[in-house]
Amino acid sequence: MEFQSFLIKYAEIGTKGKNRYLFEDALVHQIKNALKKVEGTFLASKESGRIYVQAMGPYDYGQVMEALQRVFGIAWICPMLQVEDKDFGRLKETVVDYVDQVYPDKHFTFKVESRRADKEYPIHSEQMNRDLGERILEAFPDTKVDVHKPDVLLKVEVRKVVNIYSRMVPGPGGMPVGTNGKAMLLLSGGIDSPVAGYMVAKRGVKVDAVYFHAPPYTSGRAKQKVVDLARLVARYSGPIPLHVVNFTDIQLLIYDKCPHEELTIIMRRYMMRIAEEIARKNDGLALITGESIGQVASQTVKSLAATNEVCMMPVFRPLIGFDKQEIVDISQKIGTFETSIQPFEDCCTIFVAKHPVIKPNLERIRKSEKNLEGKIEEMVREAVDTAEMIWCD
Amino acid sequence: MEAYFDNAATTRVLDSVKDIMVKTMCEDYANPAAKHGMGMAAEQYIRRSRAEIAKTLGVADKEILFTSGGSESNNMALFGAAFANKRAGRHIIATNIEHPSVFRVLSCLEEAGFTVTFLPVDNEGHISLEGLKEAVREDTILVSVMYVNNEVGAVEPVEEISRTVKAKNQKALFHVDAIQAYGKYAIRPKRQGIDLMSVSGHKIHGPKGVGFLYIRDGVKVKPLIYGGGQQGGMRSGTENVPGVAGLGVAAREMYDNHEEKIRHLTGLKDYLIDCLAQMDGVVVHSKKGTDGAPQIVSASFSGVRSEVLLHALEDKGIYVSSGSACSSHHPGASGTLKGIGVPAKLLDSTIRFSFGLFNKKEEVDYCVSVLEGLLPVLRKYRAR
Repeated sequence: MEFQSFLIKYAEIGTKGKNRYLFEDALVHQIKNALKKVEGTFLASKESGRIYVQAMGPYDYGQVMEALQRVFGIAWICPMLQVEDKDFGRLKETVVDYVDQVYPDKHFTFKVESRRADKEYPIHSEQMNRDLGERILEAFPDTKVDVHKPDVLLKVEVRKVVNIYSRMVPGPGGMPVGTNGKAMLLLSGGIDSPVAGYMVAKRGVKVDAVYFHAPPYTSGRAKQKVVDLARLVARYSGPIPLHVVNFTDIQLLIYDKCPHEELTIIMRRYMMRIAEEIARKNDGLALITGESIGQVASQTVKSLAATNEVCMMPVFRPLIGFDKQEIVDISQKIGTFETSIQPFEDCCTIFVAKHPVIKPNLERIRKSEKNLEGKIEEMVREAVDTAEMIWCD
Repeated sequence: MEAYFDNAATTRVLDSVKDIMVKTMCEDYANPAAKHGMGMAAEQYIRRSRAEIAKTLGVADKEILFTSGGSESNNMALFGAAFANKRAGRHIIATNIEHPSVFRVLSCLEEAGFTVTFLPVDNEGHISLEGLKEAVREDTILVSVMYVNNEVGAVEPVEEISRTVKAKNQKALFHVDAIQAYGKYAIRPKRQGIDLMSVSGHKIHGPKGVGFLYIRDGVKVKPLIYGGGQQGGMRSGTENVPGVAGLGVAAREMYDNHEEKIRHLTGLKDYLIDCLAQMDGVVVHSKKGTDGAPQIVSASFSGVRSEVLLHALEDKGIYVSSGSACSSHHPGASGTLKGIGVPAKLLDSTIRFSFGLFNKKEEVDYCVSVLEGLLPVLRKYRAR
């Protein structure tokens, strides 16, 4: 069956109070954005508390589904048959025709759930349920009614038009992007950070990203890989401005002046400082990292505390309690895994010590950082000021 | 200053190559198989190119088959000869420093029931003729050897290899991967006992996406690509007229005033090797003069990661390869470097400089002075 319309169901937005319309408007806006990239013309509209998508002409069902399944805030996508003719006799035949086309195998149980939003419609919903059920049983003797756990729950809604649907395709859940401020993602090129960006965007947060580039120690292809990853996340989050920071001089200064085993921690503290500064300049309210407790030396609780100390902004670490495999599973689901595992070195690993500190002593780290004073301030300012912005869409 | 020292990966096309290609794309663009005059005009480019190339090798025109490049030529030579001669035997011999477009084909042939013997090389990159003699069997149908190794520039004694093989098994075919050798040596397949030879266009200042396979008259090879029956049914598909025309011009120019060109390349090579030999912590794997290919210098820089050095050089406008550019995308160290016995700790510190006709001595001077400045810094900042 060719569906021309979709009913979009949302979950959490429904619990909102007076500002609910803001969330609904944001969702409509995001749906429109997502469908702009699909061939065809579509109307997305809000109507008496529900969101509809209407295809105005030929389109590819798979592409539309794929696009809608990336719009945060959507709980369910219901492909729908819409008829303007409300005559009940003809409606019965339309419903039979719908069932026939959507379910080629007629061995199933079903239940009809009618709703009469148009209170002037002459037939009550209970009556509609009974009559439509009867007509389906008559047309397809292999079907059975089961009002408790039906295989097929057939919804028939009489509004300005009649909506008939029974299929519900799960959306990604979450909240529409743009309803909850903006945060700065530290994007490395690994498996974790794109997933972290995805997860925070899922809660309605707009995402900017920052990448630390260290030529000649990291290659142009490593940078291209990060751009590719930002683009993949942008399929869900909307366009991501990626700020590329040249980090080489700072890394070399740390290398010169600080104990080698503390290098990674100190480097990460400077990454956080720079990311926070760029976030502030771009109206960001928080940082996002892909850290998970204990994954590597710089992600022990003590190390996390040491890197966290330098930021005033909240740092979101959505993967903090995840095992590696769980993170890999999500990255495969959202399509970033293949890109993440391309073998290009990122700046976190180039000078890494064989035995980095795993329980950094904050006093000692601060003391080591004293060695950088006098030079580092200017370098940090320059790193922030000269960051290159790449629009990833 | 800029210095493009990655000519073994690919070269800039000559202006004369570009000109003829533009002409075949914008004026004489018809299908060479078309019956009309425009088709005939296009066909002329192919005939001329075939004749020019045949002349550089001293072979007949019909022994030249155009392909999409070196990899296809290698694939066609090995698959084609193996499948066309499988009744005579199923044993193949190659070396353990072949290019992936030979290695991977041989792995496929092993899966298809052929047996392959890989001969080891000594630390100069040469196979032992004694070892080869022992390896040749009655059911050996094919021996494949790389003329010039792409990573270090080692040159195999092609003629002696052929003689050794044929002395023991007259019927065994001899394939030469001459992708880094054509244009650098005056190759005479007939005299050197070569039955099949793979060549690529873009290594000799010709275009990418074109190459040829020399197939000695009378050698049976099964086609890889079937279709409209172009090139006598040996390689279907509308001929790549711009590519073929460009390849012909590049071949002619390469062999025009050939000795002087080779002197130029060898001069650059020897000069760079001399300079590198004077630096601390540098091990050169390539040979000076005629002991190695004229265009390739491979060297290891101890305590420096090759990829970091590559990007640091790139920052100064100098373009080189780490290992072999064709396989540099894949992790894992180079087979050739291991094959010639380069110590494990130097494998990841090896850079290949390769010269072309456009390079100048001043570029080598520039590169050497940049290296002298970079190496101490790069050695200072490294993982401890």
